[in-house]
Amino acid sequence: MKINLPCTDANTICDKAQYEEASFWEKIKLHLHLFLCRACRKYTSQNQKLTEILNKAQVKTISQAEKLKLKERLQSELNK
Amino acid sequence: MKDLDAIAMSSKLLQPELWVDRYSDYLYNYTIVRVNDHDLAQDIISDTFLAGLKSKDNFKGESTERTWLIAILKRKIIDYYRKSNSKKGKAEVRIQFNEDENEGDWLEERVMDQSDKTAQEVMENEELGLAILSCLDSINEKHATIFKMKTMDEIDTETICNEFNITPSNLWVIIHRARTALAECLESNWFKK
Repeated sequence: MKINLPCTDANTICDKAQYEEASFWEKIKLHLHLFLCRACRKYTSQNQKLTEILNKAQVKTISQAEKLKLKERLQSELNK
Repeated sequence: MKDLDAIAMSSKLLQPELWVDRYSDYLYNYTIVRVNDHDLAQDIISDTFLAGLKSKDNFKGESTERTWLIAILKRKIIDYYRKSNSKKGKAEVRIQFNEDENEGDWLEERVMDQSDKTAQEVMENEELGLAILSCLDSINEKHATIFKMKTMDEIDTETICNEFNITPSNLWVIIHRARTALAECLESNWFKK
């Protein structure tokens, strides 16, 4: 019995939860599913760990607009 | 034989049109911890790309494109340090010795410097950040961009969906694939800690 929640859906809810975008009801469904499904428990714990790692790393990015500027400068040099 | 040479040459060729998409985030993370200034870091990266373009004939294909660019970047950062040092005049070196024996030998002075510990953490996190970005190199470029926007830039789902013209469920599938790939890639080095 998997309480009508396929594993793919459970994983999606778990992904959403990493970005705090899972609704209250979704979270309840997820936890019920986790209670019964070992594979999803494993995925969830791995996923939570990944979130911790990502927070710790504090990767910074260059914005798309700034990337465009870099590209333009490189491109103008390429065309010379 | 000529054909073989041509193939060997083409594998050595660089693809400057793709540099910004592929490497700018990686180079940025490498630079920002060293110069600690957003605009300056970008100038240095821009200089690095231009220098790479100028000396692209020197690329022998012995290393990856990224490693080669990092080597150029390192020189650019050193150049920056040199310049900023010559502006200020000579670098000042201060070492505190207990010259006078009467000064005593205080235990407090021997306590490990707390700021050192954070420096180590900063270094570890930098390494981790670079590991994450190089793992993301191995997945589909568009997926990597979407993942970075969602995770690092914390842009909300709706905005990303509009920009890439995809549905939220498309987005979550992409995020799921990226996260699975990333976890697998980081597994051996970072997950055990």
